[in-house]
Amino acid sequence: MSKILDSGVTAPDFTLHATPDQSVSLSEFKGGPVILAFYPADWSPVCGDQMALYNELLPEFRKHHAEIIGISVDGVWCHAAFAKERNIHFPLLADFEPKGAVAQMYGAYRAEGISERALFVIDKHGVIRWSYLSPVAVNPGADGILEALESLQQELAHAT
Amino acid sequence: MQLKVAISEHDHLQGPEDATVTLVEYGDYQCPDCVRVHPTVKLLQRRFGASLRFVFRNFPLAEIHAFAEPAAEAAEFAAAHRQFWEMHDAIFEREGPLSSELLFSLAKENGLDASALTEALRERTFLKRVKQDFMGGVRSGVNGTPTFFVNGKRHDEGTDFESLAAAIEAVRSKFDGALSPA
Repeated sequence: MSKILDSGVTAPDFTLHATPDQSVSLSEFKGGPVILAFYPADWSPVCGDQMALYNELLPEFRKHHAEIIGISVDGVWCHAAFAKERNIHFPLLADFEPKGAVAQMYGAYRAEGISERALFVIDKHGVIRWSYLSPVAVNPGADGILEALESLQQELAHAT
Repeated sequence: MQLKVAISEHDHLQGPEDATVTLVEYGDYQCPDCVRVHPTVKLLQRRFGASLRFVFRNFPLAEIHAFAEPAAEAAEFAAAHRQFWEMHDAIFEREGPLSSELLFSLAKENGLDASALTEALRERTFLKRVKQDFMGGVRSGVNGTPTFFVNGKRHDEGTDFESLAAAIEAVRSKFDGALSPA
């Protein structure tokens, strides 16, 4: 299994295509926490799909002013078809060329050419505050993400 | 992963309260795997009898299954009229795809007032309850459907009869000793 970036480390910035004519940079997200969800591939079986679960949880993430981004090595057209069929309402980025380069920066690339199932919660200052590497066959769910977002919010409440 | 929301009188329960093993399913009425696992649960209940208590909680993936939430709400509507399991079984054992018409006709078949169900679905009377189940599931690490917990521990192996029966039996035999032949 890979060694992913730990909490406390500054999240490496990147720019990737979300659609054929639109790209997204991590540094654009400054208003609140960002959840990065690396996953092996689009089109995993529906009812156990990680992205489908996060899609249902967008209102919860928004309560924490958090944005979620999915990243896999699939190309933009694949992401577009996947997002359309599954009604996915958050960006799916194509870590396509050079393949897996962003996953590699986060220590989340597998030798067989796909990304790990790795989660990162990044605070608004761009620092990784929580990360988790799941066995590639196990959908990690969202409980860890929600707990990380809550502890960020608590910190904020204490600071004010 | 451990179940974070304790079993309570708000749950839909089948089987004795003092059963050795409690099996919790988080399910979605439109999920094909949940439809497939429904008879498996029935077989497990037959196999383990009074040793097994079964709890069903809602986990509708509404963005991919347009009728998952209305179906869950219809089952909760039935629960308010003490007909939860009848409706639950009827929805899972349906022939053909889910639709509003199907939910109304299943309600009628179970002696429920279809116009009251129409009203409840329009007003989303039971959505809050369904969402509560869903969020409790997320907190417990439910990552898709169906997800099972055996005495509070998430079952990460298969959802076929053999795998679930083995997990139940492992817990049961620790407390109750050998099982009489089925």
